[in-house]
Amino acid sequence: MVELVIYLVIFGTLFGSFAGAALLVWFERRLLGLWQDRLGPNRVGLFGAGLAIADIIKLFAKEDWIPPFADRFVFVFAPTAIVMAMLLGFAVVPFAPDIHVADLNIGLLFFLGMTSLAVYSVLLGGLASNNKYALLGGLRSAAQMVSYEVFMGLSLMGVVMQAGTFSLVDIVLWQADNIWFFIPQFIGFLIFLIAGIAESHRLPFDLPEAEHELVAGFHTEYSGMKFGMFMLGEYLGVILISSMIATIFFGGWLGPDFLPPIFWFFLKSFAFICFFILLRAAIPRPRYDQLMSFGWKYLLPLTLINLLATGAILLWA
Amino acid sequence: MSAVAEQVVPGNFEKKIGEQFPRASIASQHTVDKIETLWIPRNHLLEIIEYLKQDFDMLFDLCGVDERLRVYRSGMPDADYTVIYHFLSIKHLNELRVKVALSESDLTLPSIHTIFPNANWYEREAWDMFGITFTGHPALFRILLPPTWEGHALRKDHPARATDMAPFALSAERQDKEQEALRFKPEAWGLKRRDKDTEFMFLNLGPNHPSVHGVFRIVLQLDGEIIVDAVPEIGYHHRGAEKMAERQSWHTYIPYTDRIDYLGGVMNNLPYVMAVEQLAGIEVPERAKVIRIMMAEFFRISSHLVFYGTFAQDVGQLSPVFYMFSDREKLLRIVEAVTGGRMHPAWFRIGGVAQDLPEGWDTMVRDFIDWMPKRLDHYQKMAMDNSILQQRTRGIGIYTQQEALDWGITGPGLRATGVDFDWRRDKPYGGYDQFDFEVPVYHGGDCFDRARVRVDEIRESLKIIEQCLDNMPAGPYKAEHPLTTPPPKERTMMDIETLIHHFLNVSWGPVIPAGECSVTIEATKGNNMYYLTSDGSTNSYRTRIRTPSFPHLQQIPLISRGLLIPDLIAIIASIDFVMADVDR
Repeated sequence: MVELVIYLVIFGTLFGSFAGAALLVWFERRLLGLWQDRLGPNRVGLFGAGLAIADIIKLFAKEDWIPPFADRFVFVFAPTAIVMAMLLGFAVVPFAPDIHVADLNIGLLFFLGMTSLAVYSVLLGGLASNNKYALLGGLRSAAQMVSYEVFMGLSLMGVVMQAGTFSLVDIVLWQADNIWFFIPQFIGFLIFLIAGIAESHRLPFDLPEAEHELVAGFHTEYSGMKFGMFMLGEYLGVILISSMIATIFFGGWLGPDFLPPIFWFFLKSFAFICFFILLRAAIPRPRYDQLMSFGWKYLLPLTLINLLATGAILLWA
Repeated sequence: MSAVAEQVVPGNFEKKIGEQFPRASIASQHTVDKIETLWIPRNHLLEIIEYLKQDFDMLFDLCGVDERLRVYRSGMPDADYTVIYHFLSIKHLNELRVKVALSESDLTLPSIHTIFPNANWYEREAWDMFGITFTGHPALFRILLPPTWEGHALRKDHPARATDMAPFALSAERQDKEQEALRFKPEAWGLKRRDKDTEFMFLNLGPNHPSVHGVFRIVLQLDGEIIVDAVPEIGYHHRGAEKMAERQSWHTYIPYTDRIDYLGGVMNNLPYVMAVEQLAGIEVPERAKVIRIMMAEFFRISSHLVFYGTFAQDVGQLSPVFYMFSDREKLLRIVEAVTGGRMHPAWFRIGGVAQDLPEGWDTMVRDFIDWMPKRLDHYQKMAMDNSILQQRTRGIGIYTQQEALDWGITGPGLRATGVDFDWRRDKPYGGYDQFDFEVPVYHGGDCFDRARVRVDEIRESLKIIEQCLDNMPAGPYKAEHPLTTPPPKERTMMDIETLIHHFLNVSWGPVIPAGECSVTIEATKGNNMYYLTSDGSTNSYRTRIRTPSFPHLQQIPLISRGLLIPDLIAIIASIDFVMADVDR
């Protein structure tokens, strides 16, 4: 029986995140439509939600083409890496007190590790395509990820210091006893949010892709389901980062009793997903070197100050 | 620089040059547009143009003419081909046309690109179209036609239709030749493959790329992402509009003009029909003038809205373009109600406009004028005030006032460098002198200022439209003149004279008296000029279309060296060109 529950959770997480990502494609386009004074997809199925299925069928049915000038093995491997890494990241997400795939005592580190692995996907995809636009996209993503990785990790360290644990379940439980982390760790929250957008390379930080500059950046040569995997990885990333923000800074499943805990978790994550989409609708794209200097000149010192202050307060208290 | 008129008396430069160069034989020619036109000998060309540069800021246009079949040439020196230099002085608000006669046996003359750098592309075009060689030109090869093209397209003996040529066949041999011609050889473009310690990467931006606004190719020489050099290549959109003008009747050419700056709609008709009217001596009634101005200003707003949206989009802001397109839709509905067409109404006619305004036009226009300013305030906050957008565009792609003049930049791009010059206000045409509006000027010369000028111009255009609405004169919408096409029909069934005129003007098209005339307007993207030569026939002998976007693209390398690819995208967006306006 217990085993069955575990399997259920694992498969639930796996397929839930797939379905979530697929639906998110549709949902994003509907929301963008709403904000941009137009309709968005509204023809297939209920409110156009059938578009998610139509999209998947289209991607699967497309010719699976590998450019003759590409590095075959790496070219095929690259898109799988991002999906694998993102899915593994979901393993440590506590959806509710007892609904999680794994409660690792290094859960937070595991999550950071997995998002770091996703960088390889973009980088390798860009290099293996043997295309100049892809190369530039790959270069940009390498630089961007390496820098923002640093702040992403550091911004969470304040939380770890206060909660005294790397386990995500314990972090939520700490918040149940004390206070949601976005109040004491507000700076950490902001930096994690920014770094999270950069990590999932969404607009305004979609420089590796940068349609208007690099055509499609690192995945210029990709088509069919291999392109679909990059897309899937990106949307999984959005969901993962949103659920992490909800877990770490907004008390995860915590909430008033009139709704089940898992609902609160989804509600909070959903709010951040919408925020991600709103950003895409609203903000222009900074230049790549501007993004870098913003990171190193402002975010890094701010993170370090936050860390020092947290440490000092903990010691003093 | 202010544009205070110190009108130079016509005939002035003939005397001045004659005194300066006593050994050169200068001849003057009378043209319908009263622009001083001088024939100068080839061997004095360089020194005379050098001398003229003191008075004229800009080489406005340079083109060739095949004179061999021209009948009415009385008073002009013998010539098989002519090269025409059109100079503009913004200081003195003066224009000067300089012609050089060439004989078929010796089609060479010195290049003037060292005096006016923008002559480079114009001379290439003249070589491409007429086979006129410019000695000393750094890279005299085809610019609009493909490198494998045979012959020179605007010569009178070059066929205008595919059916005049042998059937096309793509043999294997020919295919190889065509493909070989497409091979990218950096050396041929004057680009080095490697430096002392860097190997450069070459990136083909275009002809198909999301941000080049059409089919436009820029070859980039990159060091990492830094642009070492850029070479723009045009010609992918070339449709031979100037050649077609020699085939169509004066009247049936109007729809072709619509498609030159395809965002400018009827604004393109304006310089063409005004030039034809001057040649024909038609006085256009007041109502037609005001209707024309109103519709032209509508298209200015429409074009600027497209610019505004794509400008924001090219720096990564995805939403504004949707808002602006829905405003544009509102505007195009008015255009549709008035003209029946949307983007290419071809609605102006020789002597007036096609129809009178429809019932209820005023409420539609009023609605739009009330609606638009609020939206513009909103966009200001959303796009122009956005700090990331400003970071991306301020201080990027700067040219100075002098550079702008040297490279033939006109319109908003020139006003962004502090040159206070607008053809509508300073050399009013078509009735603009009756209107009250400001000319927005900024001084930065960067991408952001180029955008600001256009944004402000939308408001000024609204003002002009409002004045049209409040003061629309009554009266006919077409001139009572035998050459008005199609002629007013009321009297056709009453007397035989009018009936004959009507019949001939509709079936053959009007016969426009021989002469030369150019009309320049402040078009959406800069100054657009139609320079028509009539040889007393039902079609034009030579139609030269001076478009603003052509020189604007030529100076891209100048302002993009040392910047990054995203900056180049911002620059391209801020120039606001359409490829049809470049290649014609």
